[in-house]
This record gives sequence, structure tokens and C-alpha cells, in this order.
Amino acid sequence: MDTTEPVIVIKDLCKAFGSNVVLDHFNLNLYRGENLVVLGKSGSGKSVLIKCIIGLLRPDSGEIFVFGQNVPELSYAELDQMRARVGFLFQSNALYDSMTVRENLEFPLRRHWLHVEQKEVENLVAEVLESVGLAHTIDMMPAELSGGMRKRIALARTLILKPAIILYDEPTTGLDPITGMEIIDLIRDIQQQYKTSSLVISHDMKLVKRAAGRIVMLIDGKCHAQGAYSELKNSGDPKVRAFFD
Amino acid sequence: MPFFSIQRPIVDEIGSLTRFTLRFFREAFRPRYEFSELIHQCFVIGYKSLSLVGLTAFIMGLVLTMQLRPSMVRYGVEAQIPAMVGIAIVREIGPVITALIFAGKIGSSIGAELGSMRVTEQIDAMEVSGTNPFKFLVVTRTLAATLMLPVLVVLSDAISLYGSYLGVNIYEVLSFRLFYTQVIDNLAYYDAVPAFIKSYFFGFAVGIVGCFKGYYSNKGTEGVGRSANSAVVMASVFIFILDLLAVQVTDLLWEL
Ligand SMILES: Nc1ncnc2c1ncn2[C@@H]1O[C@H](COP(=O)(O)OP(=O)(O)O)[C@@H](O)[C@H]1O
Ligand SMILES: [Mg+2]
Repeated sequence: MDTTEPVIVIKDLCKAFGSNVVLDHFNLNLYRGENLVVLGKSGSGKSVLIKCIIGLLRPDSGEIFVFGQNVPELSYAELDQMRARVGFLFQSNALYDSMTVRENLEFPLRRHWLHVEQKEVENLVAEVLESVGLAHTIDMMPAELSGGMRKRIALARTLILKPAIILYDEPTTGLDPITGMEIIDLIRDIQQQYKTSSLVISHDMKLVKRAAGRIVMLIDGKCHAQGAYSELKNSGDPKVRAFFD
Repeated sequence: MPFFSIQRPIVDEIGSLTRFTLRFFREAFRPRYEFSELIHQCFVIGYKSLSLVGLTAFIMGLVLTMQLRPSMVRYGVEAQIPAMVGIAIVREIGPVITALIFAGKIGSSIGAELGSMRVTEQIDAMEVSGTNPFKFLVVTRTLAATLMLPVLVVLSDAISLYGSYLGVNIYEVLSFRLFYTQVIDNLAYYDAVPAFIKSYFFGFAVGIVGCFKGYYSNKGTEGVGRSANSAVVMASVFIFILDLLAVQVTDLLWEL
């Protein structure tokens, strides 16, 4: 696998809501097979960043290349094709609470691949549930699951389309430390098993330490610093140090 | 304080609702059509309101008859009760009361459902799963509400009239056949058709307002409650306004 080829390139991304400037000429590259963590404090615009990548928010200016296509310029149909290859794990899981786990998992399959055989759907559902270790929950409703289980099902729903890139929005926020750790390990396993490139946004230093290959620090809407955990930990910059103390 | 700056939020709201409604018409007539979800919603929306509409309709018919009776007896026209009640129910009380009950039951549940889907990012999740959430959620629910309310109104009229029949029979013996004939003989198309048509508009108002309030729900669980509540209030006001317009329009057409 060519790990020097970027799958996401962000150039000079700007996004403001009224007078609230959230992203200010932000730059980032995500390389194939890499585990990149964007670290930033709460309210720094991390969610805005990945919602721009997946096309849920429209940036004010700048370019976002995903597999070489500039997201803000894509048509609806092209956007759908891109989204079938890029998974998104929502911070609040976003499981459809009127549907069972099975229906939740089938939803993206049936919507993205219009003609798909029942047998294949069942196989894929079983396979992803196995990957996240929750095969027994298939006929349960999301409300019957614990927080950690819901996160796993949400991850399974993201995996079912076998995405080449997965974007994680604060995967450990709201979970207890032990469950959080299990989710981090699961993310690493998934990364190995499915050979995805991951972009994780977080403010959880445990996650950063355990899972990150490379770290990008989002401070004041810019890419303030980047590097490996050990490099940033010994940085002299007070804004960077604030995260590690 | 000048009038318009106080009313500003209301004007803004009406503007966004108008834009939302226009978007509904744009999206409703363009593929892809979500037929199976529409059928599902028709079933859910119709079924959910059935028992409540039935109960209130029955009580309305019964009470209306019993309340009317003393005055009718005083003027010696108690034989006209079936005709009067029939006209009152079919023209006005059936559609309006059913629509208000429908707003309370369905408007609030659509508002709360879409509101919580917005807050927990389920609407965003649909969008990244190759689905246009506006079509899948808003168009189907609004159409289902529009199609189901007239059906409920017809049902509610029938149940109200049966309630009225029982009300008459508390005091005197009147065969159902005679009651039925008296009601039907005094009803014209002019009574039934405009009432039926206006219930489509009532249904549409309940659906679109519920979806509008839910779709633009504010962050937080308290936003969801507010969406549900204001959906009912706004839809109820619209029902009365539409009723007012409907009576003017029918009146004009009748003159012609
Ligand atoms: N849809 C929106 N409309 C207005 N402001 C928004 C919207 N989404 C996010 N913001 C603002 O953008 C800033 C960054 O939000 P967010 O990306 O959610 O932070 P976080 O880094 O915690 O994920 C916040 O100040 C928030 O108020
Ligand atoms: Mg966030």
C-alpha cells in the first residue's frame, strides 16, 4: 500500500457562522492507511471540519479534495458516490431509534446500493456485527443498548459499506474510561482488518496517546502544530503544552 | 416600541415556513419517490389517531345533540334535531375538531420525532447514507398527513352522527333509518364537498408545520419539547385561519 499518497487534502479551508470564525485557512493531508488525530478543545470547530469534508456543511472558501475530487464542487450524485466510500461515525451515534439494529445496519446498504440481494445484505450485516462483537443484538432496538454498545453498532453501520476512509467525531466522548479504551482498541483493530485510513477528531488525550499515528492540533481555526505524540509532548509552545499537562 | 420590530420574529418565522413549503413542492415532484415510506407513514399516522378521533367524535355528536335539545323543544322543532346536527357536524364541527385533535396528536409527534432526529444527528446520518432526508422524512410525513386527515374526517362524521342518534334516543324513540334519512335529506353537496376539500388543507397544515418545527429544532433536548409544543400551537392557529378562508371561498363560489 502506498502510504505517501494523500486521500484527503484540505487547502485553506475557511468557515464562519456570522461573526464567529471557526476555521481560518486550515490545512491538512490525510495519507492512505494512516491514523490521524485532529486534536482541539471543545468548540474549536472539529465537528465543523469533518462535516465540511463529508459535505454536510459548505465551507466559505478553500478546497477539500477527497480521492482527488473537490467536495464543495460535487453534484448531488457525485457527493453520494463519495459518501459511499467515506464512513462517518457521529458523536451522538445517530442510530435511527425507530429501527432495530438490523434495520439500522441495512439502511446505508439499501440506500446506496439500489439493487442488492437479500442474501448479501444478511451476510454483510452478520459480518460487521461480528467485527464489533455484538452479533446477539441484531433484533434489539437502539434504546435497549448501553452507550458503548451503541457506539459499536454505529461503527458497524459505518463499516458495512467497506469505506476506504472513516471519519470519527469524538468516538470516546460520553463513554466511561474503560469503555472508551475498548472503543479505541476496536478502532485500531478495524483499521488493521479493513485497511482504512482514519481521521479521528478528539480532545481525549488517552485516545491520542494510544491510537494516533500523527497528530494535528486545531487551535484558533488553524493547523497550529503537527507531529507524533512524543514530539508534541516535548514542545515548548504553551498552547500545545496545555493539552499534555 | 414600533409594531414591526416586536413582530419581527413572527414575520421571520412565516418567511422560513414559506420557504420550507416551497421546498416541499420542489422536492415532492422530483424523483426519487419514497413510496414505501409514504405508505408506512400513512398507516402510522392514520392508525395512531384512530381511537382518539373516534372517541372525541362520538362524544361531540352526543353532547351537541343533548345541548341543542332544550332550545329546540322550546321552539317546538325537536324533529329538526337530526337535520341541524347533521349540517353542523358535516360542515364545521367534524372537520375542525378532527383537525385540532389531529394537530395535537400527529403535529406534536412529527415535531418531536424530527426534532430528536435533528438533535441526535440522525438527519445528518441519513444524508450521508445516500438519502435525501427532506424527501424521506418531510415529504412523506406531510403527504401522509394530507391524505389521511380527510379519511379520518369522514370516519369522525359518521361516528359523530351515530353519537347524535344515541343522544336523540335518550329522550324519544327514533329508528336509525328515520334519523339517517332526515340527516341525508337535509345535506347537499354544497355541505359535504367543501368540508371534505378543506380537510386536505388542514392535513397539509398539520404535516408541514410539524415537519418545519422538527426539522429546524434547536440543539438540546429542551429544543425538542419546544418543537413539539409550537407545532401544535401553530398548526391549530392555521386550521382556524384556513377555516375562515374556506368559508369565504365557498361562499363566493356559491354566489356564482
Ligand atoms: N450549524 C451551526 N450554526 C452556527 N454555529 C455553529 C454551527 N455548528 C457549529 N457552530 C459553531 O461552531 C463552533 C465550533 O463547533 P464544533 O465544531 O461543533 O466544535 P467541536 O470542536 O466541539 O466539535 C462553535 O462555536 C459552534 O457554536
Ligand atoms: Mg463536536
